Amino acid sequence: MYTTKTVIRVGIADMNIAKAPQTIRTSGLGSCVGVVLYDSTKKIAGMVHVMLPDSQLGKTAQLNVAKFADTGIHAMIEMLKAQGVRPFSIKAKIAGGAQMFQFGSNDTIRIGPRNIEAVKQELKRYSIQITAEDTGGSSGRTIEFDPETSILHVRTVNAGTREI
Amino acid sequence: MNTNYDITEMHLDVLKEIGNIGAAHAATSLSQLLGHKIDMRVPNVALVTFDEMFELAGGNEEIVAGIFLRIEGDLTGSMFFVQTIESATQFIRKLTGDTEFEFTAVEELGLGASALQELGNILSGSYLSALSDFTSLKIYPTVPSLCVDMVGAIVSFGLIEISQYSDEVIVIETEILQEGEQGISSVAGHFFLLPDPPSYRTIFSSLGVL
Repeated sequence: MYTTKTVIRVGIADMNIAKAPQTIRTSGLGSCVGVVLYDSTKKIAGMVHVMLPDSQLGKTAQLNVAKFADTGIHAMIEMLKAQGVRPFSIKAKIAGGAQMFQFGSNDTIRIGPRNIEAVKQELKRYSIQITAEDTGGSSGRTIEFDPETSILHVRTVNAGTREI
Repeated sequence: MNTNYDITEMHLDVLKEIGNIGAAHAATSLSQLLGHKIDMRVPNVALVTFDEMFELAGGNEEIVAGIFLRIEGDLTGSMFFVQTIESATQFIRKLTGDTEFEFTAVEELGLGASALQELGNILSGSYLSALSDFTSLKIYPTVPSLCVDMVGAIVSFGLIEISQYSDEVIVIETEILQEGEQGISSVAGHFFLLPDPPSYRTIFSSLGVL
């Protein structure tokens, strides 16, 4: 086996799973929210890059589940379960949901806060505890989660990298 | 994609013409504003995924100065003018006459931010009024807003509306070039026009290619 760490990349409206020593990363979160669901004992983590709060907003016949807070979190829990993770051992770290611009059409202007709200509501529904968050504000974020340590690295343009 | 619509080569060609006319007008205004020659490349029109869209704008994590506005009226959509920090700095220096100007956080840009915003106003205004004349559609731009951050964070905001309809977007991209020292052109910035999917039909029917 290689000892170098592989980074699993998650695109926008996308999701994936990583197992230690892999790490999982998504970049350029603006109003989108990066949701990490992890099991610290099994050292496995899933990440969803949520773009919209509710799948009801989807106007297409075929739904990309990773795009929405409700369907994305549900699908990620199922993916983790399929990996042998017990639902009650799942914890969450979230980041993103910034308000990048101070205007927009009525619905889109508050999309960041709405995404955060929807993610939290959904996690609460599944009784998943949020152990750390870095949300809101007006800066973009790039996040990387290490399932080995359960640390989420959050990088912003102005404030550098911090660990949560 | 669910627009009840098959996008053909002909449709993309028509959109290319839109990018051509819009950006040509914007380039002329810019040239008048700065008092030197501005060129543009032939527009690139493509149906791309959101991640590909970030690549077009310079790469997801690249830090850029983005001017964003929404388009309202008969036609709705998002419009971006994306510049590297380097070319945004050059613009601000020229527009404000402050040759020492350096980029910092957006809140501290002061006059520089106003200058860039004004640049956005002029460019998008001329782009869209040309587009409006060409299509006879009523188009109202919102006031442009400036943001200096990662490409993904900026551009994804303009994809929110579109993402309710599709995982792909038609992007009309035009590169603006400016003549620098010794006549060498460099990229001044990129225009991105992203019509909302329900507006595809409006555009095509106004141009008689429905």
